Amino acid sequence: MIGIIDYRTGNSQSVAYALGHLGVPHKLVTKPSECDDIDKYVLPGVGSAGVTMESLAHDGWVGHLTDKVLGDGQGFLGVCVGLQVLFEHSAEDDQECLGWIKGTVQQFDNTEVRVPHMGWNTVDVRGEHPFAQSFTPGGYYYFVNSYYAVPTDSAALVGVTTYGQPFAAAVAQGNIMATQFHTEKSARAGLQVLKAFCDLEVPVAG
Amino acid sequence: MLANRLIACFDVKDGRVTKAQQFQDNIDVGDPAELADRLYRDDVDEIVTYDIMASAQKRQIDLDMVRRIAHRTFVPLTVGGGIRSLEDMHLVLRAGAEKISIDSMAVRKPEIITQGSKEFGRQCIVLSMQVKRVEKTASIPSGYEIAIDGARTFTGMDAVEWARRGQDLGAGEIVVNSIDRDGTGEGYDLEITGLITEAVSLPVIASGGAGRISHVSDAFGIGATGAIVSSMLYSPRVEHNLTVEEMKEQLGELGERVRPVHSA
Repeated sequence: MIGIIDYRTGNSQSVAYALGHLGVPHKLVTKPSECDDIDKYVLPGVGSAGVTMESLAHDGWVGHLTDKVLGDGQGFLGVCVGLQVLFEHSAEDDQECLGWIKGTVQQFDNTEVRVPHMGWNTVDVRGEHPFAQSFTPGGYYYFVNSYYAVPTDSAALVGVTTYGQPFAAAVAQGNIMATQFHTEKSARAGLQVLKAFCDLEVPVAG
Repeated sequence: MLANRLIACFDVKDGRVTKAQQFQDNIDVGDPAELADRLYRDDVDEIVTYDIMASAQKRQIDLDMVRRIAHRTFVPLTVGGGIRSLEDMHLVLRAGAEKISIDSMAVRKPEIITQGSKEFGRQCIVLSMQVKRVEKTASIPSGYEIAIDGARTFTGMDAVEWARRGQDLGAGEIVVNSIDRDGTGEGYDLEITGLITEAVSLPVIASGGAGRISHVSDAFGIGATGAIVSSMLYSPRVEHNLTVEEMKEQLGELGERVRPVHSA
């Protein structure tokens, strides 16, 4: 059972529609006490880093996810701001984040490129993590972001996209996976990535 | 590299997609969810729905329509028309939209842009503007005035100035709808679209008037990163509608970067 974390500003319903379409058992979860039957978590994202972290803390998710994901090694997929909050710090709202992956989140320079980065962009696939196998070579994925993550250790990178400069389109570290693009809104290419996360055996090596 | 987007914008009236000409004389096209499904399978890059009467009639947004579209089309969905508050935005996003489009309400209550942007992030808030060519005056130096309420009310506001202000208030994207060109097939109003792409650093979407593929290419050429192509795709007034596939193929031949069809 996939638990889609349903917090104040997330687009949890869009992820639920996609999982429904893929035929994957799932439910929306609004608090940790609803998670007894959950094997893997999806943290969707639309909100800002500040509002997202505030909601996660308020609803008791930070401790719960730290136990289940970092402690027990349950599968986790962050999407969009759900990727960004995995890092140590975000320049958006000058926000301390979960810090599960080393690195920071910075703002695109709007004197160089139009910000937000909005639309379909390609992803260069990197690394050996099994999550990387689900990406379509030369495929386009839908991004909507003003901020981007830069992992300290490039081993966490699964996909790199360039917009003015290269940034993390997808990361994976063991059982923790995340995409900056909206898997649930990237047509067939995105659904394939979502399906791969659901099918992946965790814990995974690497 | 980022591809430019082909966007279908549904003008929805009484639960049906309609097609207008210069914001008038709407004729029926079909059911929004069915049309969305067809266009999704044809690889349209984005879908926008606009309830064209919600603002004037002070009606609630049709959340059921949003759900019906979102549950089977896995491309970004923007919803506009009749959004008056943060609570409305929550409801629309929870129904399956990614972005909220604000038009008349943004003029009446500009702080809604800032509130939405703070809550959901700038990328979530689209400022849609209806522009009409007028005589240049001291208060409208660009020669384009902002209208609201389905082009029925003129505001005395300069279009370029409003775009700049929208960016400052927190909008994440600007859609420039030309009232003069809407549904005419004469091409986008490149003058105002170009003035706005220069004035802001946000993505800008050209809207109103595309009748040929070269019009879309022209819009990309002046810096628009997306183009609304509703009439060409499904207007009953157009003799030969094109598929998204045909449009992308022709754009590719013109050297434009678009998301290829049937990839993955």
